[in-house]
Amino acid sequence: MAPKLQLAIYWAAACGGCDVAILDTDEKILNIAEAADIVLWPIAMDFKYEDIYKMEPGSIDVCLFNGAIRTSEQEELAKALRARSKFMIAFGACAAWGGIPSLANLTNREGIFNTVYKETATTINEEDIRPDTNYPGPEGELHLPRIYDRVWSLDQVVDVDYYVPGCPPTPETIWTAILAIVTGNLPPKGTVIGGTKSLCDTCEREKTEKKITQFKRPFEIIADPKKCLLEQGLVCCGPVTRDGCGHRCTNNNMPCRGCYGPSEKVSDQGAKLLNAIASIMDVKDEKSAQELAATWEDPAGTVYRFSLAKSLIYDYKKGGE
Amino acid sequence: MSDNFEPKILGILCNWCSYAGADLAGTSRLKYPANIRIVKVMCSGRVEPTLILKAFQEGADGVLISGCHPGDCHYVDGNIKTLRRTPLVARLLTQIGIEPERFKQVWVSASEGEKFGKIVEQMVEDIKKVGPYQKKMGDQLDVVMHEVAASAKEAAAAEEKGGSNCGS
Ligand code: SF4
Ligand code: SF4
Ligand code: SF4
Ligand code: FES
Repeated sequence: MAPKLQLAIYWAAACGGCDVAILDTDEKILNIAEAADIVLWPIAMDFKYEDIYKMEPGSIDVCLFNGAIRTSEQEELAKALRARSKFMIAFGACAAWGGIPSLANLTNREGIFNTVYKETATTINEEDIRPDTNYPGPEGELHLPRIYDRVWSLDQVVDVDYYVPGCPPTPETIWTAILAIVTGNLPPKGTVIGGTKSLCDTCEREKTEKKITQFKRPFEIIADPKKCLLEQGLVCCGPVTRDGCGHRCTNNNMPCRGCYGPSEKVSDQGAKLLNAIASIMDVKDEKSAQELAATWEDPAGTVYRFSLAKSLIYDYKKGGE
Repeated sequence: MSDNFEPKILGILCNWCSYAGADLAGTSRLKYPANIRIVKVMCSGRVEPTLILKAFQEGADGVLISGCHPGDCHYVDGNIKTLRRTPLVARLLTQIGIEPERFKQVWVSASEGEKFGKIVEQMVEDIKKVGPYQKKMGDQLDVVMHEVAASAKEAAAAEEKGGSNCGS
């Protein structure tokens, strides 16, 4: 029998959903356990930093890394795991493109601290106390990780071999990725394990002439379950999003929010979607265009829901701070 | 901020009206500031927002898009696409931290050389107030200019083949 795969699963700026998604592979989780020794999985097993530092370079075959990078601790651990893993996999939308946490890039650390420690109605903080990274405790000086000014995707911090898309990835997607690794049937480095078409290409909803007369939010209407959602005024990310999720949202009468990331050849998911939406706005003069655009509540948060860290203007490698 | 900051503006002008207008400004010696670097496209309707972001990423402090007045577009409704896109692009840029001074979309006809000069002057002045664009990463504005010109050609070809507007 071939030696078992040494598998590490780690989380950074994450919600825990990606870890749960691995458990959600149902009986396949047993197959995973059969094929692999799980050497690290903080959500399920106790471990200490030194356990990681003790591991030899290359001693981990595959690291499934979920979550974005927003603190010094997460960056350090990403680097430590990269150095010890043969394959580093950005697992889930947060690791791959920054995901929901990277919407924080619409503001910065100062803005977030102001909201959290000062401005919310329920906050009483008269001395304006802010989190500090050093604390002189009785047992000596204690240190906490630093929060960065912006959120980074995993590949902006370390070299990444493959991407597993989704928020979270579907059991099928996870299984496809695991199978590729176990059988050694590996696609070229940098591949996103998902479909190759756009979600629209494989969507079965009825498409007529696309036209938007008013932007609507999902709670405002009961959408026709047969017709294209975009044509009903709901911003659907299908035109620019990679397929492979099995149409989880559109099958449940909800527009796609883009969690499988940009489809092939799309370099900036948000800008590309904005363009697609603009082209079907049903207006012919500047004033109506302004008015219609104003009915769209939050363009940046909609078109970049899962990929703001990888928007062109944020996409560069993190240097030292 | 240093007083001698000279903003770099990428001007994307449609061939039929605006470029001719800018040309007129040049030849009739109506001076406009040297801050603008102009790339000519067939129609203002073919300027993808992705390229606007790229221009900022590669060192532009501002982006100016100019097309024929509504009703005058050489391709009938190319500039209708432009006017649909503009308010969305403007909002997106503001949301991602690019000040409104840095992005402008205008209509300039072939005879409006003077107007073009004034628009550029005003934009330079406005951008000087907000200072250099800080988040830029590269210095390859030339490459972006080629890409703008090339992608506009691609879009034209796709349109002639009756390509979809689905963006995919
Ligand atoms: S990708 Fe989604 S499920 Fe996974 S950690 Fe991020 S927010 Fe949670
Ligand atoms: S926009 Fe959404 S609903 Fe419409 S065809 Fe594409 S994926 Fe389906
Ligand atoms: S429909 Fe879109 S948002 Fe929903 S799971 Fe699929 S890719 Fe993600
Ligand atoms: S040709 Fe000038 S805007 Fe279309």
